[in-house]
Amino acid sequence: MKYEAVIGLEIHCELKTKTKIFCGCATGFGAEQNTHVCPVCLGLPGVLPTINRRVVEFGIKAGLATNCTINKYSKFDRKNYYYPDLPKNWQTSQYDLPIAEHGWVDIDVEGEKKRIRLTRIHMEEDAGKLVHSGNTIKDSASSNVDYNRTGVPLLEIVSEPDLRSAEEARAYMEKIKAIMEYIDVSNCRMEEGNLRADINVSLRPVGTTELGTRTEMKNINSFKSLVEAIEYEIERQTEVLEDGGHIIQETRTFDPARGITLSMRSKENAHDYRYMPEPDLPPIVTTEEEIEKFRSELPELPDARRARLEKEYGLSDYDAGILTGSRAMAEYFDAVIATGADAKLAANWIMGDLSKNLNAESITIEKSPVEAKRLGEMILLIMKNTISGKIAKKVFQEMWTSKDAPAKIVEDKGLVQITDTAAIEGIVDEVIAKNEKAVADYKGGNKKAIGALVGQVMKGSKGKANPQMVNELLAKKLQ
Amino acid sequence: MKVTKEDFENVANLSRLSIPDSQTEAYLSQMDAILSYMDNLSEVDTEKVKPTTYALPMENVFRADEVRPSLPRELALSNAPLQEDGYFKVPRVLEE
Amino acid sequence: MKLYEKTAHELHDLLTAKEITATELAEDVFSRVDAVEGEVQAYLTLTRDEALEQAKTVDARIAKGEKLPFLAGIPGAIKDNICTKGTRTTCASKILEHFVPPYDAAVMEKLAKESPVLVGKANLDEFAMGGSTENSAYQKTHNPHDLSKVPGGSSGGSAAAVAAGTAIWALGSDTGGSIRQPASFCGIVGLKPTYGRVSRYGLVAYASSLDQIGPLTRDVRDAANLMNIIAGHDPMDSTSSSAAVPDYTKALTGDVKGLKIGLPKEYFVEGLDSEVETAVRKAVEDFRAMGAEMKEITLPHTKYAISTYYLIAPAEAATNLERYDGVSYGERIDGADLVEMMTNTRTELFGEEVKRRIMIGNYALSAGYYDAYYLKALKVRTLIQQDYMEAFKSVDVILAPTAPTPAFGIGEMVSDPLKMYLQDVCTVPLNLAGIPGLTLPCGVSSAGLPIGLQIIGKPLGEETILGAAYAYEESHDYKNKIAAVGGEKA
Repeated sequence: MKYEAVIGLEIHCELKTKTKIFCGCATGFGAEQNTHVCPVCLGLPGVLPTINRRVVEFGIKAGLATNCTINKYSKFDRKNYYYPDLPKNWQTSQYDLPIAEHGWVDIDVEGEKKRIRLTRIHMEEDAGKLVHSGNTIKDSASSNVDYNRTGVPLLEIVSEPDLRSAEEARAYMEKIKAIMEYIDVSNCRMEEGNLRADINVSLRPVGTTELGTRTEMKNINSFKSLVEAIEYEIERQTEVLEDGGHIIQETRTFDPARGITLSMRSKENAHDYRYMPEPDLPPIVTTEEEIEKFRSELPELPDARRARLEKEYGLSDYDAGILTGSRAMAEYFDAVIATGADAKLAANWIMGDLSKNLNAESITIEKSPVEAKRLGEMILLIMKNTISGKIAKKVFQEMWTSKDAPAKIVEDKGLVQITDTAAIEGIVDEVIAKNEKAVADYKGGNKKAIGALVGQVMKGSKGKANPQMVNELLAKKLQ
Repeated sequence: MKVTKEDFENVANLSRLSIPDSQTEAYLSQMDAILSYMDNLSEVDTEKVKPTTYALPMENVFRADEVRPSLPRELALSNAPLQEDGYFKVPRVLEE
Repeated sequence: MKLYEKTAHELHDLLTAKEITATELAEDVFSRVDAVEGEVQAYLTLTRDEALEQAKTVDARIAKGEKLPFLAGIPGAIKDNICTKGTRTTCASKILEHFVPPYDAAVMEKLAKESPVLVGKANLDEFAMGGSTENSAYQKTHNPHDLSKVPGGSSGGSAAAVAAGTAIWALGSDTGGSIRQPASFCGIVGLKPTYGRVSRYGLVAYASSLDQIGPLTRDVRDAANLMNIIAGHDPMDSTSSSAAVPDYTKALTGDVKGLKIGLPKEYFVEGLDSEVETAVRKAVEDFRAMGAEMKEITLPHTKYAISTYYLIAPAEAATNLERYDGVSYGERIDGADLVEMMTNTRTELFGEEVKRRIMIGNYALSAGYYDAYYLKALKVRTLIQQDYMEAFKSVDVILAPTAPTPAFGIGEMVSDPLKMYLQDVCTVPLNLAGIPGLTLPCGVSSAGLPIGLQIIGKPLGEETILGAAYAYEESHDYKNKIAAVGGEKA
C-alpha cells in the first residue's frame, strides 16, 4: 500500500519586545541565570500579571500578515500542568478565543504553489530552562532551573495538517519565518530558540481522507532537524504499518546527532490541562477600525515583494522568490539596487558568489563581509566597463577579506579593464601570428575556433582586456 | 456515590496530592455531599446565559513595553528550598 | 479609657494635639498584647521591635511639627496573606512557614506613606479558606467576647485583634465573607469594597475573581479613613478600578432621609437565628424611623449562591495553589524524583480544608465535568449579578444579616464542611456580584455575642453604605466595644 504523510506544525515564535509578556523584566538572550526575574515571573505568592501592549500588537500584525481573522474579543486562559520550568504550574496562554484564527499562507515546492491553512495564532508565555546535572534528563540526579526565559512572549502559530512532505514543511516554516521577519515581530534566530516547531506526523493510505494516529516531535529548532525528523518519522511509520503494526500516539524526541526520533516512554496519561479563563487579565477587545489601522501599517510582505521584483526588474519567479525569501536577503538586495546597480546583475551576484561564500563560511547575510553598498559599487564598475565580469570575481574575493572600496581594490591591484583599442590590437596581432591552426580553422568555417583565440588574448592581457572589444577586433582582423 | 474511585484518583493526581487509603473514604463522602448539594444548580435554566469570568466588566488593560528593574539574584533565590550556582535546584525529573 | 480602647481617629487627634506620643500608644497596645494575646491568639507573627522603631519615627515627626497622615503612629494588624517585604508571610500554612516576600503588597506601599505602627501579622484560615480561623496550621484564634467561640474567618485574627484591643485597626481579605463574617462575630466594623476598588497585588490569591482587601475597624469613620488610604487604581493589578477615589469621610453626614433601602426576602429564611433576625429587623425599623424608605425586593438566585461560590472559588484556588510545589520557594518535602517531591510537599504541608478545596476545584475543572460544574457556575454567577443590578434599579442599598448566627463554638462544625459552607449564605453573593458590603454591630445575643448588620451597595457604592452605616452607628451604642477578654473588665 502507498501512504501519504499528513503533517501539521505548531511554530513557537519569540517576540522581539523589550520586556516580558506579563512583567517588566527585560527579555534578551544569554544573560546570567536568574537575573531577568521578578516576583511576577517567578510566580511568587500574591503577584498579578499585566499585559504588554506590544505583544497584542504583534499578535494582531502576525494574524493579519497570515490572512487570519482577528478575534474582536480575545482572552487569556490558564493551561495547567506541572513542570519546574513553569513557576505557577500553569502557562498563561489562550484557549478558545485566540487573538487570530483561520488564516493561510502560500508556499512553493518544486515550482508548485500550495496554500497551507493556519488554524490559529495565540499569545502565550515561554517557560524557563532546565539544566540537567548529567548528559541527558534521564541520567541526571538533579536539575537546575533558570527562569530568565519564563514569561518571554511567544506567538504559537498552528497550521492545519495540510503539509504532505518534509520539503513542504520546510517551505512552510521558511515562509512563516520570512513573514515574521518582514513584519518585524521576531528576530527569528533559530540558533537562539526564537523559532521552534512542534511537528505532528501521521500516515494514511493514498486516496483516503481519515487521519491516522499521529506522533509529535517537540522543540525542533533548525530547518535541518525539521526535514530529518519528518523524513525519519515517515520512514519509521511506513515500516511499522507495512509490518502490520500500529502507530502509538506519543511524543518522540528527535536526536539531531543520529538523525532519528526516539520514543519518550509512553507514560503519557493524556494531559488534562484544565483550561480556565485567566481572571487576573481583562479581555482584549479590538475594534474594526483598530484592525484596519494595523492592516494599513503592515509592510510589504514576501509574496507582494516577490511579485514586485518580477514586475519591476524582470526577474524570474524563481530568483524573485529567493531574493524575497528572507527579510535580510530582500533588504540586502534593495540596498544593492539603491546604489544604482542593475537588478539582474545584483540578483546574479547575490545568488551566485555572495551566497556561495556565505554558505561556505556559514555566515548570515546580515553579517556579510561584503556589504550591500560595496557590492553595488562593484556592480557599477562592471556596468561602466571599468572591470569585466571575470575580473569582478577577483575583486569580489578581495572585498571579502578587505574593507576597501571596490574602486580602490581595482586601482591598487591594477585590475582596470583595458579599453584602449591600440593596446588590445597589439595583443590580438600577436595571438593571430602565434596561432596559425586556430586561425585556419576559423577561416575554414569553424567559427567556434575564435573562442580559443579570445582566451589567448585575455590571457595575454592578464584578463584585463574588454572581452567585447577583443571579440570585435578578432572578428574584424580575421575577415 | 457521585465521585467514583477512579475520578478521585485522577483528581488527586491532577492536584499532586496523595490521599492515603485510610482517608479516601472520608474524603470521598465529603466531596460527594458537597457535589450533591451543588446539583441544585441543574435546576437553573442557563441555556441563554453567558458565563461570567470577571467580577465586573473591564477590558483592554495594558502595560507599556518598558523595562523595569528585575530582582537582585540573591533576593530572587532567597526563598529557594535548594539552590546551586545561582539556579533553583530540583530533584531528578522523570517526565518531560 | 485606655489608649488601646480608642478608635484610630480619636488617637490621631490625640497624637496631633501632642497629648500622647506614638511610643506611649505602641507600648500601651503591646501591653494589651502581653495581657490577652495568650488567650486570643490573633497573631502569627508579632513585630514588636519594628513597631517601636516606627513609633519613634512618628514621634520625631511630631516633634518637628509635621502634619501627620491619618494612620501615623496608629497600631494595626495585617492579615498574614498580605505580602510584607522582609516580614514572613505564611497564609497560616505550613507550606509557607519561612516564606519572606521580597516585595510589598500594593496596600503595604500605600500604608507605608502613612507611617503606621504594625503590630504583626494576623492569623487566618489557611490560604483564607474557612469561616472560623480553625483551619490555621498554627493556632486557633479565640473570639475575644467568648473564648470558647470562634472569631469567624477567614480574617479571624484581624477581627479578634481589633476587638480585643491588640490592634486599633486591621486589614483583612474577603473572598466569600472573610472580612464581614469575622467582623460581625467580633462586634466590629468590616468593609468588603467593590471588586477592584483596592489593589490585590501582593494579596496571596485564593480565588482571583472574588478576592478583595478591606478594613476592619472600631467604627465607621475609621473604615472610611482606611478606605481613603487603600483604595485606588494600581497599574500592577489589571483588575483594579480606575475610577477616582472620593474622600469617603465626606459621606458620613448622619443623614439617611429618603435613602431607598431594599430588604431581600431570600436573606430571611430558614437557618437564620431568631435573635439575629430580630436584631436585623429592629435595625431596619430604626432606619425607617430615621427617614429611610423601605422596599421588599427579591434576589431570586440567592439560593444558588453557595453552590456557585463553592465551585468557582475552589476552581480558581486549585490553579492558584499549584505554585506551592517545593520548587523555587516555600517548604519542600523530599522525594525520589520531582513528581514525588511535589506530591509529598503538597500532601504533607497543605491542611485538610485546602486539600479538599483543591480536589473539588480540580474535579470541577477536569475533563468531562467542566461544563456541568465550572461553566454552569459561571453562568449562574451571571444570574446572581443580574439579580442585584435589577434590585439596584429601585433601591440605593440593601440590608441583610451578615451571618445567619452569632459566633459558633470552636470545634462545633469542623467535621461537617458542607454545614460550614452553608454559613456563608449571606456573604458570598456579594463577592460573586463584585459589589461592596459593610457589616457593623446591630445587637448582642442573649449569650452576649455580637450580631452584625450587613449593608450592601452598588458597584463603587462605598460612600452610600458608609454613610448609611454611620447614621445607624451614631444613633446606637454598639460601636467600639472592646471585648473583656476572658472575663477581664476592659
